[in-house]
Amino acid sequence: MQLDSILFYLFAVQILFSALMTITRRNIVYSAIWLISTLVGVAGIYLLQGAEFLAGVQIILYIGGITVLFLFVIMLVPVSEESKQRRFSSQLWVVLIVTVLLTGELGYFLWQGADSFQMGEPTPPAEIGTVTTNSEQIGQVLFSEYLLPFELASILLLVAMIGAVVMAKARPGAE
Amino acid sequence: MPVTHYLVLSMALLIIGTVGVLTRRNIIVILMSIELILNAVNINLVAFSDYLQNINGQVFTIFVITDAAAEAAVGLGILIALFRNKETVHADEIDILRW
Repeated sequence: MQLDSILFYLFAVQILFSALMTITRRNIVYSAIWLISTLVGVAGIYLLQGAEFLAGVQIILYIGGITVLFLFVIMLVPVSEESKQRRFSSQLWVVLIVTVLLTGELGYFLWQGADSFQMGEPTPPAEIGTVTTNSEQIGQVLFSEYLLPFELASILLLVAMIGAVVMAKARPGAE
Repeated sequence: MPVTHYLVLSMALLIIGTVGVLTRRNIIVILMSIELILNAVNINLVAFSDYLQNINGQVFTIFVITDAAAEAAVGLGILIALFRNKETVHADEIDILRW
C-alpha cells in the first residue's frame, strides 16, 4: 500500500468520524471542536491532491476565521442549560426519506461511473517552465479569466460584513 | 488514488451534513452542518481539478470558501439578532412569524 493511499484513508476516517461527532454532540462547544478536526482533515485531502494553496486557505480562513466566529457566537448562548435539552428535532420521517433519496441518487451516479457524465479527457499538465507552482497557477487564472467574479466576490464580502454588523448591532431604542 | 475514492468521501460528508441540517434543533449546529456540506462540495471540485489537470476547479473552490465566510458571518449575525429578540437558538421554537 502506498503512502498516499494510507494518508487518504487516515484523513477520510478522520473527516467522517469528526463530522459525525459534529452533528451528534450534545454540547455545542464540542461540536465546534470536532468541526475543526473535520476541516483539518479536508485540508489534508487538499494537500494529497496537490492543492497546497487551498490547504493553506482552508486552515487560515476556515479554522482561523469561521470556526472562531462560531465559538464567539456560542459564548452568547447559555451552553450548560442548552446541553440539557433535546438535541434532535422530531421529523424523523423527513430525514429518513431525504437521506435515502440522496444516497440513492448519488450512489446511482457513482455506480454508473464516468458513463453518466460527459467528462473531458484528462489533459496533460501545463508545460513546465512558465507557471509551475500551485498558487501561481491559481493566481494566473483568477486574475485573468475570473477577474469579474473575483471583484464581485469582494463586493459580496463587503455586503456580508455590513449586513452582519447591522444585524448584530444593539438597537438603541430596544430593551 | 482513483478519483472515485474522493467522490465517495465527498458524498458521505454531504450526506452527514444534510442529516445534521435536518435533525438538529440548535441553529448554530445547523450552520456548522452547512459548512460540512460546503466542504464536501470543495472536496469534489478539487478532486475533479486534480483528475482533469485543470486549475479551474481550485479557483471555484476559492469562491465557495468566500461564500462560506459570507454565509457564516450573515447567519451568525441573524442568530445574534434573533437571540436578542427571543431567548432561544432552537429552530423549532422560532415561530414568531406565525400567529
